[in-house]
Formats: sequence, C-alpha cells, structure tokens
Amino acid sequence: MKLAITINGERREADVWGGDSLLTALRDGFGLPGSKNACEQGECGSCSVLLDGELVCSCLVLAAQADGHEVTTVEGLARGDELHRVQRAFVDAGAVQCGFCTPGLIVATADLLERVPSPSDDEIREALSGNLCRCTGYAKIFDAVRLAAAP
Amino acid sequence: MCRFAYESVPIPLSATRTRKLELGRVGESTLRHDGVPKVTGEFAYSSDLYAAGMLWGKTVRSPHAHARILELDVSEALRMPGVHAVLTHEDVPGQKTYGLEFADQPVLAIDRVRYFGEAVALVAAEEPEQARRAAAAIRVEYEPLEPVVDMERATEQEQLHPDRPTMPKSGGSHGYRDDPRPNVVRHMVIRHGDPDAEGEVSVSGVYDVGIQDQAFLGPESGLAVPDGEGGVDIYVATQWLHVDRDQVAPCLGLPPEQVRIHLGGVGGAFGGREDLSMQIHGALLALHANRPVKIVYNREESFVGHIHRHPARIWAEHRATRAGKLVNVRMRILLDGGAYASSSTAVTSNAASFAVGPYAVENALLESTCVYTNNPPCGAMRGFGAVQTCFAAEAQLDKLAAELGIDPVELRLLNALAPGDVLPTGQAIEGSLPVAEVIRRAAALAPPEPEELPREAIRLPGGAGNTTRGEGVRRGVGFAVGYKNICYSEGFDDFTAARAILHADGSAEIHCASAEVGQGVTDVILQVARTELGTDDVRLAPVGTAHVGSAGSASASRMTWMAAGAVQLACRAALEERERTGSADVDVERVYRHPRTTPLDPETGQITGERAHVSFAVAAMRVVAEVDVELGLTRVVWIGTAQDVGKAVNPLAVEGQIEGGTAQGLGLALMEEIQTRDGLITNASFTDYLIPTTLDMPHVVSELVEDPELVAPFGVKGVGEPPTVVSTAAIVAALRAATGRELARVPVRPDDIVGL
Repeated sequence: MKLAITINGERREADVWGGDSLLTALRDGFGLPGSKNACEQGECGSCSVLLDGELVCSCLVLAAQADGHEVTTVEGLARGDELHRVQRAFVDAGAVQCGFCTPGLIVATADLLERVPSPSDDEIREALSGNLCRCTGYAKIFDAVRLAAAP
Repeated sequence: MCRFAYESVPIPLSATRTRKLELGRVGESTLRHDGVPKVTGEFAYSSDLYAAGMLWGKTVRSPHAHARILELDVSEALRMPGVHAVLTHEDVPGQKTYGLEFADQPVLAIDRVRYFGEAVALVAAEEPEQARRAAAAIRVEYEPLEPVVDMERATEQEQLHPDRPTMPKSGGSHGYRDDPRPNVVRHMVIRHGDPDAEGEVSVSGVYDVGIQDQAFLGPESGLAVPDGEGGVDIYVATQWLHVDRDQVAPCLGLPPEQVRIHLGGVGGAFGGREDLSMQIHGALLALHANRPVKIVYNREESFVGHIHRHPARIWAEHRATRAGKLVNVRMRILLDGGAYASSSTAVTSNAASFAVGPYAVENALLESTCVYTNNPPCGAMRGFGAVQTCFAAEAQLDKLAAELGIDPVELRLLNALAPGDVLPTGQAIEGSLPVAEVIRRAAALAPPEPEELPREAIRLPGGAGNTTRGEGVRRGVGFAVGYKNICYSEGFDDFTAARAILHADGSAEIHCASAEVGQGVTDVILQVARTELGTDDVRLAPVGTAHVGSAGSASASRMTWMAAGAVQLACRAALEERERTGSADVDVERVYRHPRTTPLDPETGQITGERAHVSFAVAAMRVVAEVDVELGLTRVVWIGTAQDVGKAVNPLAVEGQIEGGTAQGLGLALMEEIQTRDGLITNASFTDYLIPTTLDMPHVVSELVEDPELVAPFGVKGVGEPPTVVSTAAIVAALRAATGRELARVPVRPDDIVGL
C-alpha cells in the first residue's frame, strides 16, 4: 500500500506491505534505520518515536495508522551538525555503550524534558522504565538526563 | 491519603568526577569514538545493512527438544512467490557440522534435532513476509523422542552424541580426559593438598543457578554478499571474526581466504556472539541464490538462536578452624551444557578453578562436570563459570561466618589470597591480586541511612505498583567478593595481531580485528596508538579478516589487554621502521602474546607448567536491599563496589563496565531465568524474560583500585566480568540478611521470601 507520512518535517511517500508496523516501514520502506528492532512487541522502547508529538513504540503502531500523520525519529533531532542537547548529553556522560537502546532512549528523554524540564530522579526512573538497556546499568543514562536537563 | 514528607536522596553526577576528552591518551577518560553516530541513529548495526538485489533469509527451527526427522519436504516452499532458495543439510557443500571446541553442531539438522529451536532448513525470498510464509510451508515430519532434561540423570540416559570426536579440536590441549559415561562433555577434578583434611567446624549447602540469557538488545543479524567468484563477504555482529571465518569456510567447502568476515555494528554481546548464528546460513543462501542475503532474528528467535549461561547445581562443604581459617573446600559442580558443546569444556574448568573464590586454602577437592542434555545449549556468558561458583562459595563463607560468630568481612580478610599464595591448581599468584585492599575499600563505602517512612511508592519494593506503604518491608546489607581469570587459559595459544600504517602527512591508520561490542575497545586502541605515536591523527580501519591477522575473541576480559599489547607493539615497530629506513610511509604488523599457559593435569587438576591462568581480577561489593516479606518483592537500594582494574585505560568506560556488569548480576539474582518445560523454552520474549530496568537498578558507587599487572601493557587488566561475578552473590547476601532465609537458588523468586 502507498503511505504518505510527514517524517522529521518532510512529507515522504513509500510503498509498504499492509501488515507492516510503523517501525518496519520506517526502517525498510523509508530508509530510516535509526529506530531499532530489539523486541518488536513494545517491551524494550528501542523503537520509540513521536507520532503527532506523542511518544510511541513504533513497533506497536501499524504503518497504515501513521498515514497522513507526523512522525519524529531519532534522525530528526539534530539540526545539521548540531546535536540535540539530549544527544550531546548522552555522548558527554558516557551513556552510550553498544548503543542499540540509545535512539529510543534519546527520543524518550527528549519527550520527558519537553514535558518536565527538570525531572527528579524518581521521575526519570519512571519515565525511562520502558526503555531497556543491557550494557550500562543505567547510571550514565541518569547522568545524561540530568546533564541535558541542567540549565 | 498519604502525604510524602521525604524527597529522594540526590545522587551525585558521577560523570563529572573525571575530566573527559575527545582524543584521550592512556589513562584519560575519553568520549566514545562512535558516540555521535550512535546518538544520531547513523551507526550501522548488523541489522541495518542493505544491498541492491538483497533477499531475506529465514530459518526453519525445530519445535521439539528431541526428535527424529522422518521426512523433510520443501517442494511446496520452492514454488511459493518470491522464493529463490530453500536449503536443507543436503545443500551444505562442505563439512556438515561446526563448533568452537568440538564440531558437534550440524549446520542444518541431519536426521535428528537435539534442542528446541535447532535449525532445520533455510529460505531466501524477495520480501521478509514471503520468506516467513515459505518457511511455514516446509513440511517436516518428526518422531518425538524422550528428551534428556535432568542434568543429574543425563549420565545414565541415551547418548545424545554417539559420534562426537573424543578430543577437542585443539588436540587435547585443555587437559581433557575421556569419560566413559554417556553425555559427559567434560569432567575434571582438582585435588589439592589432602582432600580429606578435617576442620574444627564445617558448613555445607546445595546451590542452584538458573539459565541466564545474554539478552543483548541487537538481535542476531547480518548480510552475506557473494563476490561473483565463488567467495562470500559476511557482515555480521560477532565477537571473534577470524574464528567465525575458520568455522564458516570448511562448511561452505571454501578456502579461508574466500570467506571474508566484516564486523557489522554489534548491539551487545556478553558471550552470546562467540558461537555462530546466521553466518553459515546467510552465506549458503547467498551463494546458492547468487544474491546478497540478509537475516535478522526476532527476539523469540534470538532466545533460541544463541547459547546461554550454564545452569548449575553445586554441592559445597567448607571446613575451617574455630578461628575462621579455611582448612578444606570441597565442591561438586554440575553444569547443564544443553544439546551442543560450544565452549562448555572451558566453562567446566573455570567453574572449578575459581570455585574457592579469592581465598587461600591448603586442601581442596573440586569436581566439575558438564553434561549434554536436550535443554537449550549453553556456552559463554560474562563471568564464564565463575558466576555460578561465586554464588555458592560466598553463601558458604557467610554461613561459616555465622557459625563462628565472625564478621563476614573479617572472615574474608582473614582468608584473602595474596601474591605468592598458591591456588588449588598449584599455581602461585605471581602478579597483581589486591584481594585484601579491594575488600577493605568496598567495606569502607558507607551505605545510605535507611530512608524513613512514609515515602514515595517508587522507592519501596513493588515500586509504582504501589503495593505497600512500608509495612512488611525489611532491610538487609550483604557483602561478597568474586574473582576470575583474565585472558584465555590452559595452554590455549592466544594472540592478537595489529598493524600500524604511518603516512607521510603524519597521520596513522591502525588495523586490528578486535570486535567492538559496546565495551569500548575501539577507544582503547585509539588511546594506545595516540599515546605511542604521540599524535592525535590516528584512525582505526574498518574491522575485518582481510587485512590483518586474528585479534582473538572479545571475551574472557582479554580484549583491552591483548589489543593494547598488539597496538603498542605495532606502533613501536612502525616508529623504529621509520627511523631505520628513513621512509615516511611505513606499514608493519605485529603479533602480541601474553605469558604462556599450560593445561591442567587431566588426573589431578594440577598445573603442568608455571601457570594455567595468566592473570586474575577481583571485585568486592556491598549491597543494601529491602524486601517486602509479605509479597515477596525486592528493591535493591544501593550498591558500593571496589574493583581491581590494573590500570584504567579509560576510567569513564571502566565505570560503565562496572555499572553494566553489576546490572547483569542483579538480573540473575532477582529475575532472569529461561524457563523450560521438557526442554521447550516457555518465556522467549522480553514480556516473560525480565531484565533490569531503571526501576530495578540502584545507584552504584564504584572505586577503581589500580594495582598494575606488571606483565600487561600499561599494567591493564580486563574489567568486564568481575562485577557480574560478584553482584549476584552480594545481592542475594543482602536478601538473606533481610529475611534470614538460606536462599540457595537464583534467581530468588517471590515464593522464596514470603511467609517468614
């Protein structure tokens, strides 16, 4: 089926299978593999994107549901060579190891700081509890969120 | 309504503790070389690769743990739309089996399947959905057989590998001895001093460890591209490129130079990528269809697509004097290797070698056996045999401390190994092993005061589930020490090659086929090269088998040491070459080897040369946990740890290894276990196999103890495994302190701690 989605501010069209998830459409149809495929059942958050500004697991959204809507992926956060402050903070805090969870965590953190500019540790814990990371033990991810939130 | 009067204790920013550099040298906290592409989404993982004309591969897997294959009919699948290849074992042109130690695992099942999820057939089609449908159309008729699932009975049951070669590929260099019983992968005994020596007191216990999964987030995946001349390029997430090549090529019937392995971006490994996954399968399909073929496992397939941590049952008896000095440690360790050997022989030996823990004892009897069953195959996972025995040994020391009325930390200090002491294998500690220092530093870390009630639910066991206001919640403090070997052991001829190319413009290029699996070895290589060459203008060439020799495996906490050694040698040789020849352009390759080891004696488990292990690293950990004894829910509040790191090449990355390694040990202590029923995995998803989230992991205070290993480049030691070895034991110690229960099995289940 033909699909038209505004992705990262740009209207794009692609031909995808009707059964595809938004994640599969983004990765294989639109050539945006930044969103990751770690569990494909909404448990790990690696595929987190914003759909009309709402944080969703793109693996749980049918691609067809996004037709005519706006999607922001990790690829859409930086402005040219200038990293989004959350991206910069993840690099500077050492919050990246293998990095497979990183795109989802960056989108989820950007969403959190949009809603809660200075989250408490408890708020960070709860907000990011849907994003699994197997490498870091989350300590440096906490550092990164605080760093990005710092005035 | 409940009002909450207390805010959470603010956690300091550990990242501000050291200055961080973009282009650091050895010893400086350095930002990741691949950090920016990983945060922008540009970094290409092995599942992100695409090629023109690419097909999608799909693996047909066994639904049985043990069955005979009566008939395999692919005719319908071949006729389905978009299908370019359907392959079975008959299409494997070369050697039909492969494996790290024994070539005992069929590329595709031949006449029998031995575990749930074993690969039976392959499909390549134009679209993933076409491949899935064609795979479903392959008709396999099985005759189910009685599965061997109880490791205690495996040596009396049907032989699962009657044709297995009797000695490993390395020609018996592992001190291997044939065992006449059915289904024994390896059996070994370490006899030290007088194994019957009596003490004044004795404590004993039986300990169980469940099957843990590496659960790396990046699923097994890769792209195989035929080169048009009969060879193939494989882009894959792996831990050891050259040993992949050496297993793949014979099965394809190709010489090694016609198989080139390239490192695809690796989404975590933790031992689970030591064995092959899609490498041979992708290459077979690509060569057969003469098109590039991509294979990506989903999470369910990933759970059956790699080996796991060995489940274990351990019988332990510790004998000691009334003053608390260990006299004799006796342990029997039984490991379930599952259907194929993988690296089980080495895990068996490691479990025995480190069974006592970092303590001096004059007498010991340590027996370790690994058996074949029809359970999921097990192999390497972070900690490699030492995790299981550390859990048992540390529980035993706490029991002994309680029996004697001695403080558990004091008891450990009293028995701490020191340089010059002799291990149960007869090996003397020659180099760095600051056990007492690490224990003292960890014990000196002050845990936070108990937070008063009432408090936010998220800071109570049960968390946001809001299951308690604090009633029924008890607090406990635990302590444990763990250690293991650094580098490969027992006579394995281990080396790492590196190549340094100096250009006339002053820049340099390094080739080293070490796998960057997230641990940061790329930064280690660049830091070493910048340090040795005295320039920031250094780059690491794409990692592959074509242009440099083997780097060995990114495992056994060896990669930092070995890569640093090889890159240092190559850089120094390149500078000398430039000096000697006066040529501005220089290209040299050098091979680094650590001090040689020799096998253990197959009868006594004693060393046959100076050493069976190269080096050791120790970590100690203090844990505060709270337990809701009414609901069986737990919350780890705080973790403080000190770890012997030799020399921290990149302190920021070392902290990251400690925090992440600790989290994996926490997972084994509290939640992670592959569940099986008659050999069938029943929880192959992140819905049912739980790994720690932000709600489970507390703040970790880590102290890096730098005691240089003199034979290692820059004094380094590996740092990845010790935190995982120690944290399971330390967390369960805290739960025992909170509940008074023996808790002899991990993961600890709610049932184990309710109803006090």
